Amino acid sequence: MIAFVARRVLIAIPTMLVIITIAFFMMRVAPGGPFDQERQLTPQIEKNILAAYDLDQPLPLQYVRYLTGVLQGDFGPSFKYRDFTVTELLLTGFPPSLKVGGLAMLLAIAIGIALGTIAALRQNSALDHAVMATAMTGIAIPNFVMAPLLTLVFGVFLGWLPVAGWGGGALRNILLPVIALALPQIAYIARLTRASMIETLGANFIRTARAKGLREQIVVTRHALKGALLPVVSYLGPASAQLISGSLVIEQIFGIPGIGRYFIQGALNRDYTLVMGTVIVYALLILILNLIVDILYGYLDPKVKPS
Amino acid sequence: MTTHSPSRRARSLCRAAAGLLTATAICLLAAAPLSAAELRIANSGEPDSLDPHHTSGIWESRILRDMFMGLTTEAADASVIPGAAESWTVSDDGLAYTFIIRDHAWSDGTPVTADDFVYSLQRILLPETAAEYASLLYTIKNAKALNEGTITDAGELGVKAIDAKTLEITLEYPAPYFLELLTHQTAYPVPRHKIEEFGDDWIKAGNLVGNGAYVLEEWVPNTHVKLVKDETFYDAANVAIDSIVFYPAEERNAATKQFRAGEIDIQFDFASEQIDWLKENLPDETRISPWLGSYYYTINTTKPPFDDVRVRQALAMSIDRAAITDKVLKTGELPGYSFVPPNAGKYGEPAYVDWKDTPYEQRVQQAKDLLAEAGFGPDRPLEFQLRYNTSENHKKIAIAVAAMWKQLGVQAELFNAEVKVHYNDLQEGNFEVARAGWIADYNDPQNFLYLMEGDTGANNYSRFDNADYNDFMNQSDVETDPAKRNELMHQAEAIAMAEMPNIPIYYYVSKNLVAKQVAGWVDNTADKHPSRYLSIVE
Repeated sequence: MIAFVARRVLIAIPTMLVIITIAFFMMRVAPGGPFDQERQLTPQIEKNILAAYDLDQPLPLQYVRYLTGVLQGDFGPSFKYRDFTVTELLLTGFPPSLKVGGLAMLLAIAIGIALGTIAALRQNSALDHAVMATAMTGIAIPNFVMAPLLTLVFGVFLGWLPVAGWGGGALRNILLPVIALALPQIAYIARLTRASMIETLGANFIRTARAKGLREQIVVTRHALKGALLPVVSYLGPASAQLISGSLVIEQIFGIPGIGRYFIQGALNRDYTLVMGTVIVYALLILILNLIVDILYGYLDPKVKPS
Repeated sequence: MTTHSPSRRARSLCRAAAGLLTATAICLLAAAPLSAAELRIANSGEPDSLDPHHTSGIWESRILRDMFMGLTTEAADASVIPGAAESWTVSDDGLAYTFIIRDHAWSDGTPVTADDFVYSLQRILLPETAAEYASLLYTIKNAKALNEGTITDAGELGVKAIDAKTLEITLEYPAPYFLELLTHQTAYPVPRHKIEEFGDDWIKAGNLVGNGAYVLEEWVPNTHVKLVKDETFYDAANVAIDSIVFYPAEERNAATKQFRAGEIDIQFDFASEQIDWLKENLPDETRISPWLGSYYYTINTTKPPFDDVRVRQALAMSIDRAAITDKVLKTGELPGYSFVPPNAGKYGEPAYVDWKDTPYEQRVQQAKDLLAEAGFGPDRPLEFQLRYNTSENHKKIAIAVAAMWKQLGVQAELFNAEVKVHYNDLQEGNFEVARAGWIADYNDPQNFLYLMEGDTGANNYSRFDNADYNDFMNQSDVETDPAKRNELMHQAEAIAMAEMPNIPIYYYVSKNLVAKQVAGWVDNTADKHPSRYLSIVE
């Protein structure tokens, strides 16, 4: 197991290097620069500013300097938000993103598996159809449509929850973004669980368990669920990636001060260092989550050895 | 397939979920109580910086105006009143201003002196500060030379402290708008003692001191900027609101929902597409007021066939401006027939295009004739690209204008780009016809007309360089008699309207939502509303 993890970490290093390099040069290829705006700068002032940020140096030199900085944990200054370094922005932005993303993930797993199991147990009943129809709707409605709908209903019409804002991460502030983010994932996980549960319930080892006279509750929770969860677990990697990309939109709509917003704002503002910082954080996050999923998988399915 | 009944576990799961939902709903119904003296503002962006020397945005100026006070400052209606200077005298030639500094202090109790202003104006102009908006102060003697590095001794700048309470500023040329310019954030004093102590970190909460009505309490990036009342402010007795929270509120539709839900007291610059609903449902809270700004299409006058004035005039004449303001925008904007909006400074009526009152059908016919003279017609249609930066309104207007041009046989291909790309292309001259806009920095026609001067540089997108125009503008710069100066600028604008490097489309309006409980708000053409004059009434 340790050898497996160590090998994955070793592979992650060149992966990260490739990601950083591509992102660095892609950003610079994009037309427009961080200081292009409606009110144009005089050439001399623009020169002063470029010099202040080392942007007047040759690109390869900038790249080497950036890499050296990153290795020392220095992501550089933000070009747009000049009163903060990128590290400061990422450190303030990561906890809100983690809170919303993590809660959405937990909610999606808990509700998705529960709904999928219920639907599978009552296959082809009205309840099953209702759950699956809801799930289809959840998948079909993108969260940038769902989010404004939720705010309109719960924030404006009913007035129960704030429409937007972070409020220091209070429950009432994060409930709507968490739900908006979790809904499509709940739907996916419910469908996955249902399908795999139905398959597992028809398997020989379940028939054996029932023949032994085990109570249905034990058959379902102890035997069937464990097997049925395998596809769900392997979906968690892509799900986390989708949650991250979903959070870009959701954070923007709800005004959550997370790194998803920095990613979008940074890209639009050509805030090179801020975009690079968020790319590195996201890439690391996805690499780590995939590793965890692989380890979990090996634990759940004895057929898969993490080697 | 199974026909077994659902497990008890599933049922208990359902019960647990229902219980959780009920509990959450109960928690949420107890909304937090709101303090009466806190003002919550949906600003239209996250500040790039709170250092007055490193900002140029309108949203930053709203925060800075509450934290700092220039030599002159704004009254509730944005007219210019004494600020950090309690009085001043101007020399007869209009070049030398002598200010008497008011007896007041930074928020840490240190007195504000004339030296603070000398330091601040030198700081913004020194090249190593890399202040993006330093050019606004080029009217000050030697400011441009210092900023461009042709002189290196900051002592040569035309800003001198005679003594602790007396400041003398010398100008390059008499600029009648200079007192108004001093209200701008680029001319705010910054605390030398804190900058020398903390370096770039002087701007962090706790380090930052100002001489305005409020002081920074907290800045959580992309969340809020919170200011609290500064009890050492010279007029603190007349400041009613105890604290102000500025939310970045970049999602303007979401901010309007927050306003409707009572989470926001003021929303600056709501999204135009909400206008029908707002007029219907929140008529008293919806504040629309003329704003000193022009929305225009700039023409690259160096690119054939746009170097032909007939082509430029034809395009300008055939735009039905009233259709755009009344049917597309619907937010009270006024059709633009001049580059300077009406009532800029003491300019009076601007120099309008001479076809302003010609009926539209007739104008279209004249435009067709002009194009025909220039060699364009059904056999050889005029084709070009119309560029705009991505925005719903810019798109709608571009579609409408392209349709109006179509009746001349003109084929305008629409091309949109995000804002950074758009302005980069405009600067590089990589466009034919493109959308642009200008909001005045100070209330004077010169701030609009200089955009078409030959030596203006990057902001002169059209590359217009007309000897007569330049001449009138140069004369107006040194003219001290206000009436003669106005006349010179009118003559310049008349040339611009005849040559048409920039096609005016409409004059901006400010669009704000102000809750009923906010008192002291005065609509004004500068759209400046210092919080020190506002109060919250129940």
